Amino acid sequence: MLIDSGSPGAAGTIGISLTINGERREIQVAPWTTLLDLLRERLDLTGTKKGCDHGQCGACTVLVNGTRINSCLSLAVMQDGAEITTVEGLASLAAREGKNSLHPIQEAFVEHDAFQCGYCTPGQLCSSVGLMNEGHAHSREEIREAMSGNICRCGAYTNIVDAIEDVMQQGGAR
Amino acid sequence: MNRFDYVRPNTVAEAVQALGADPQARFIAGGTNLIDLMKYDVERPGRLIDITRLPLRDITEQDGGYRIGALVTNATVAYDARIKERYPLLSSAILAGASAQLRNAASTGGNLLQRTRCYYFYDTATPCNKREPGTGCGAIGGVNRIHAILGASEHCIATHPSDMAVALAALEAVVQVSGPNGDRSIPLSEFHRLPGDDPAKDTNLAPGEIIVAVDLPAKQFKTNYTYLKLRDRLSYAFALVSVAAALELDGETIRTARLALGGVAHKPWRNPEAEALLQGKPATRETFQAAADLILREAKPQSTNGFKIELARRAIVRGLEQAAAGTPQSQSDKRIQ
Amino acid sequence: MTVQFSPAAGRDRFVGQAISRVDGPAKVTGLAKYAGEFAAPDLAYGVVVSSAIAKGRIARIDSGAAEAVPGVVKVITHENRPATSQKPEDYQDAVAPPGAPFQALASDRIVFSGQPVALVVAEDFETARYAASLVRVEYETAAPLTDVAAQAGESYDPPMKRAGIKPPPEPWGDAAGAFDGADIRVNGQYRMADEHHNPMEPHASTVVVEKDGSYTVYDKIQGVSNTHDYIAGAFGLKPEQVRVLNPYLGGGFGSGLRPQYQLFLAMLAAKDLGRSVRVTLTRDQMWSFTYRSEAIQTISLGADRSGKLTALKHDAVQGTSTYEDYQEVVVNWSGVLYDCDNVALTYSLTKLDTPTPGDMRAPGAVTGVYAIETAMDELAYASGQDPVQLRLKNYSEGDQTEDKPFGSKELREAFRQGSEAFGWASRKPEPRSMREGRELVGWGMATGIWESMMMQSSARAVLGADGRLEVGNQTGDIGTGTYTILTQIAADTLGLPLDHVTTKLGDTTLAQAPVAGGSWTAASSGTAVMKACRDLAEQVFRLARGMDNSPLANVDFERVVFTNGRIEVSGDPSKGVALTDVMRATGTDKLEATGEAAPDKDFEEKYNAYTHSAIFAEVKIDEELGVVRCTRVVSAIAAGKVLNPKTARSQILGGVVMGIGSALHEESMLDHRIGRFMNHNLGEYHVPVHADIPDIDVIFVDEEDKANPLGVKGLGEIGIVGVAAAIANAVFHATGKRIRHLPITIDKILGAD
Repeated sequence: MLIDSGSPGAAGTIGISLTINGERREIQVAPWTTLLDLLRERLDLTGTKKGCDHGQCGACTVLVNGTRINSCLSLAVMQDGAEITTVEGLASLAAREGKNSLHPIQEAFVEHDAFQCGYCTPGQLCSSVGLMNEGHAHSREEIREAMSGNICRCGAYTNIVDAIEDVMQQGGAR
Repeated sequence: MNRFDYVRPNTVAEAVQALGADPQARFIAGGTNLIDLMKYDVERPGRLIDITRLPLRDITEQDGGYRIGALVTNATVAYDARIKERYPLLSSAILAGASAQLRNAASTGGNLLQRTRCYYFYDTATPCNKREPGTGCGAIGGVNRIHAILGASEHCIATHPSDMAVALAALEAVVQVSGPNGDRSIPLSEFHRLPGDDPAKDTNLAPGEIIVAVDLPAKQFKTNYTYLKLRDRLSYAFALVSVAAALELDGETIRTARLALGGVAHKPWRNPEAEALLQGKPATRETFQAAADLILREAKPQSTNGFKIELARRAIVRGLEQAAAGTPQSQSDKRIQ
Repeated sequence: MTVQFSPAAGRDRFVGQAISRVDGPAKVTGLAKYAGEFAAPDLAYGVVVSSAIAKGRIARIDSGAAEAVPGVVKVITHENRPATSQKPEDYQDAVAPPGAPFQALASDRIVFSGQPVALVVAEDFETARYAASLVRVEYETAAPLTDVAAQAGESYDPPMKRAGIKPPPEPWGDAAGAFDGADIRVNGQYRMADEHHNPMEPHASTVVVEKDGSYTVYDKIQGVSNTHDYIAGAFGLKPEQVRVLNPYLGGGFGSGLRPQYQLFLAMLAAKDLGRSVRVTLTRDQMWSFTYRSEAIQTISLGADRSGKLTALKHDAVQGTSTYEDYQEVVVNWSGVLYDCDNVALTYSLTKLDTPTPGDMRAPGAVTGVYAIETAMDELAYASGQDPVQLRLKNYSEGDQTEDKPFGSKELREAFRQGSEAFGWASRKPEPRSMREGRELVGWGMATGIWESMMMQSSARAVLGADGRLEVGNQTGDIGTGTYTILTQIAADTLGLPLDHVTTKLGDTTLAQAPVAGGSWTAASSGTAVMKACRDLAEQVFRLARGMDNSPLANVDFERVVFTNGRIEVSGDPSKGVALTDVMRATGTDKLEATGEAAPDKDFEEKYNAYTHSAIFAEVKIDEELGVVRCTRVVSAIAAGKVLNPKTARSQILGGVVMGIGSALHEESMLDHRIGRFMNHNLGEYHVPVHADIPDIDVIFVDEEDKANPLGVKGLGEIGIVGVAAAIANAVFHATGKRIRHLPITIDKILGAD
C-alpha cells in the first residue's frame, strides 16, 4: 500500500508534493481537503474560485498537467506529484514561452470585455487554455460547446467566444 | 463531508483487499460524483481507496473489439482515434454528457457507477429510499419532471444519469470486474438494475468487486448510429430523454437494430422485443413508430413527467431516423437532424 | 446637447470611447479579491446549518457531537445566541421592504425552508463543514403554504408601501366597460417561474476583529453603506467602530442589495468570540434568501379594428414572505408604454412560507413587461397588425400614469434601427410560415422599459503633487464597469491620462454613496465624480493663475482647457502650465474636493424618465421534439448617453442572456408539500451556458437627456426587460402555439398542441 492515512476519524495528514505555477511545494494535507480548498484556504491562491463546489459551474477550473478539471471535485491528496496551473500562473506560463506580462488569453479577455464581475473569469481562462491544449474545438459552435462547463451569470459568453477565437487565430496559447 | 481514512493501492489485488476489509470503504477515481455526494453527506465513506494508480489506463484491441481500462477518462475514450473511428456512437454519447472538465476527470468505471440526479436523493432534508432505505420516496407526488417512466417501483422512481452507459448498452459492452472470488464478466444490460424494493442498490456489482475494464464487442455500427439527447438546456444538463440507436441495414431493410434509452429508467433501457420487431423491417417511420409504441406500452407517468412518454416516443423515432439516414446528432451543432 | 465634461474646457477624450476595463488586469490575473477571500491571522470559519422544514419550530437541537470535534470553536444556535438589538427597526436596511426583517437564530420558529438554525465555527473550513453535519435538529412541522397560484385568492393590498416603489396609479377611464365593448379583445393569464439570482460568487462575509476592537468587514454587498449601518444598528456599535469594504462583487443582480444572514452570523460570531470569522454560504444555501417571486398576471386588452387600444387591464398577484411585504413595480409599465384612455392597473401580494423575495435585475419590469408584451403580440395577431406597427400605433408620448412628458424617449428610433439590423421587414407574418430544414423559424419582438433614476451621492477627488488623481466613493462596481467609467469621467474632467487616475470604490471610508442598484450608479456616482473633479479643476486653476509670471494670469476659467496634464488657454496651447508644475510652484501637497450629486428637482417635477429598448429575437424549433434554440437577438437601446460602448454593450449582453434564461431555462421548483425549492443547485437550476447563447447584436440609438449633466440614464436593467416576451413571441410565430407560462421548456412545447 503506497499511502495509508491511518484509522478513520483521525485527523492525520498526508505529505504530498505539488508543483503549483512552476513552484514545487511539499504540503501536509488532510485527506478531505479538496484541491480547491487547498489553493484558496491554505496557499492563499484565491484566484481559483468556488462557485458551486460541486462541478456544476466551472469557476474552480485549473490545469492539472495541462488538462482542465474542476478543482472542487478533486482531493488534494489524489493530485500528489501533479503539476497545477492556476489563473495566477497563466502569466508565468506565458513568460516561460518567452512572452511578457499577461498570457494572450488574459489580454484577449480584457480586450474583448469577456467578463463583468470577474468571478467566473479565472475558470473561464483556465478552461480556455485547456480547450486550446486539447485542440478539438475549431468553430464558434465547437468553442461554445467545449466551454459550456463554465457558467457566466453576467452573460459575457459571446465576448468570451470572441476572445478565444481571437487567440486561436493568432496561433493559440501554445 | 465526513472524515475518512485514505489508502492508495498500487495493484488491483491490493485494492480489492482494501475494500473487502471494510464495508464502509469506497473506491475513488475521478471523484466527480463521489466527492459531490460526500459534500452533501449523501455518501459518508469511512475509507477512500484511491485507485488512480492502478494500471487500468489502457485501451487495447482484443477479439476484434476493444478493452477500455476502468481508469481511462471519459475524454480519452471519446477522443481516442480508434474509438472515434470505430465506435462513434460511444464517442458521441460521452461528448453529450457533463462538461469538458468533468470528462477529463471522470473515469470509465466511475461513469457507470454514478448515482441518480434525483433531487430528493441529493437532499438529506427529504426522504429517499435510495439514500436511507425505509424513509419513503420524496419524488413520488413531488417534483419529478426528470424522473422515470419505465421500470420504476413504488419505492423509487429515480433514473440513471449516464450518457456513456446508454451507448454501451446499445453496443452490448461487457463490464469486467474483479473481486474477492475472482474475475467475472457482466453484460452492460445486466450491470445496472431496476429499483424494485431495494433502490439503494444501483448495480449488480457484488460486495467487494471492482470494475477493471469495459469490453467493446466487435460490432461497431460505424455508419448508422446516433446519440440523440434532449435536455433542458443545450449543453451541460442531464437528459430528459436520450436515445442511442444503432442499425445495420441491407439497403432499406434493417438487419440489426440496437436501441437504448437514457433518462427514462433506473438503468439504460433496452427492449429486446422492440429490437426484434425492427429486424427485417423496412427502415421507415412507420416501423420506427411501431418500435417506439412497443417500448412505451408499459410506460407510466409520475405527477409531472407525463410529457416524457410522448417525448421518448418521438425521440426514438427521430433517433432511428437519424441512424438510418446516417446523419447522427452532432454534439456541438445544436440543430437536430 | 453636447455634454461637456469640463465646461471649464474639457475634451471628451475618454468618455464615449470603448475603453477596456481598468479593473481588467486584476480580474484576469486572479488578484481581484472578493468578500470571502480576505485573510486574517486569527480567522475562524463558520458553516451554516440549514432548516430541513419550511414552517414550524425547532423542538430540540443537539450540537454536542459537533462541539466535540477537535477544532470546533463554538456552535451557535437560538439557545445560546448572544443578544443583539431588541429593536426590529435596527434590522431594517436601506432597501428593506415594510415588515420585520428576518433575524437569524432569533428563536425556535421556522418561517422558511433553509432557514439558518445553527452556525458552527471552527479553526478550519473542513472541520466546520464536518461538524455542521453532526448538529441534530428535531422539528415540530406545520404545513407550509408556498404555491402562489393556490394563495392568489388570499391576496391583499400591502398596507405599507415600499419606499421608492410606485404603487399602481388610480385607474382612468372605464377599462371594464371599454373592454366589454371593444371590437377586438385579448385576455390571458401569464405566469413565470420563481427565479434565483445565483451570482457566481456565493454570498460571503469576512469579519476581521482589529486590535483596537473595531471591525473590518468584507461583505458581499452592492453598497457598503447598507452593511455598515445594518451592522452598527443590529450590534449596537458606533459608526466608527465598523469599516466595510467590498472592492469587487462576484455578481449581485440584486441579491447583494440587502445585508444577508451570512453577514449577521459572521458578525455575531466574531463579536462573541473576539476573533475574525468568515461565513461563506454554499450554493444550495443561495436558495435560502431572496428570489424573484412569481406573479400571477391577468391582462385584458381591448382595441378597435385598427389595433388602437381602447381598454387595458393588468393585474398581478405576487408572492411575498410571511414577515415582510416585498413590493416591486409590476403593472405600471403597461400604462407607461401604451397610450390608452381606459386603463386599470392593480397589484396585490399574497403570503407564502418562503424567504422574502427581493429585487432581481429589473425587478417587476421583467415580470410585468413579459406579460404586457406578450399580450400586445396577441393583439397584433388578433388585429392583423405587424407587431412593430401595433406598438407605434399605441406609442405613448407621455407617462399617463402621472400625466407627465418623458424627459426623452427615442423608442421609435430603437424600433427602426433594431428592425433594420434584424431584417424584420422580410418576416412573413403568419405563424408557422418560416422553416429551415426540420426546424420552424420564429421571429418575435418586444419592447423593454426601465425607470431612469438618480440617487443622492457624493464623491471625493484628490489630486497629488505628482499629478495623479484619486477619485471614489462607497458605491460598488458589481461588474457593471463603474471603476472604468468613473476613471474616464475623472480623466476627462481634469485632462489627465487614464493611467494617472485611480478609482476606489466599495469602502465606507470613502465618500457617501448608496447601494449599486436600479441602474442609477452611472448617473449618480458619475455626476458626483465629475463635480468633484471640476471643483479640483477650479482650485488648481486658481493656484495656476496666482503663480509668478503665470501664463494664465489674465485668463478666465471658462477660457482654459485641461488636457494632457496641463491647463492651457483654449486655442493657444503655448499658453499653459502643467498641473504638476502648479502643484510644485505653489508648494501644494495635494488638493481635495467633494462632489455632490442629487436628482434635479426641477427636472423631476416636469418630466418622468425611462430607458427603452426594442428587442428582436429569432428562435428555431424542432417542434416534434420540443427543442427551442434562440439563434439571434438584436437589442436596440435608447438610454441616453453611452459613456463606454464596450462596457455598456456588455451590460446589455448580460441582460439579454439572463432574459434568455428567463424565457427558456430558469425555474426554481417548489415541492409545495414541504415548501422547499428542490432543484437548489446549478446542475438542476438551469441558467444559460455557452451553448445556449447566440451572437447578440447591441445597438445604442442616440438619445439626449437632461436629467443629469452627463446625459446618462442607466443600463444595468434595461437589457433584460422584454427579452422573454420577444422570445415567447418568436415561439408563437414559429409554432402558432401561445405559451403563457415561462420558462418555455420541452414539455410546454409538446403540451401546447
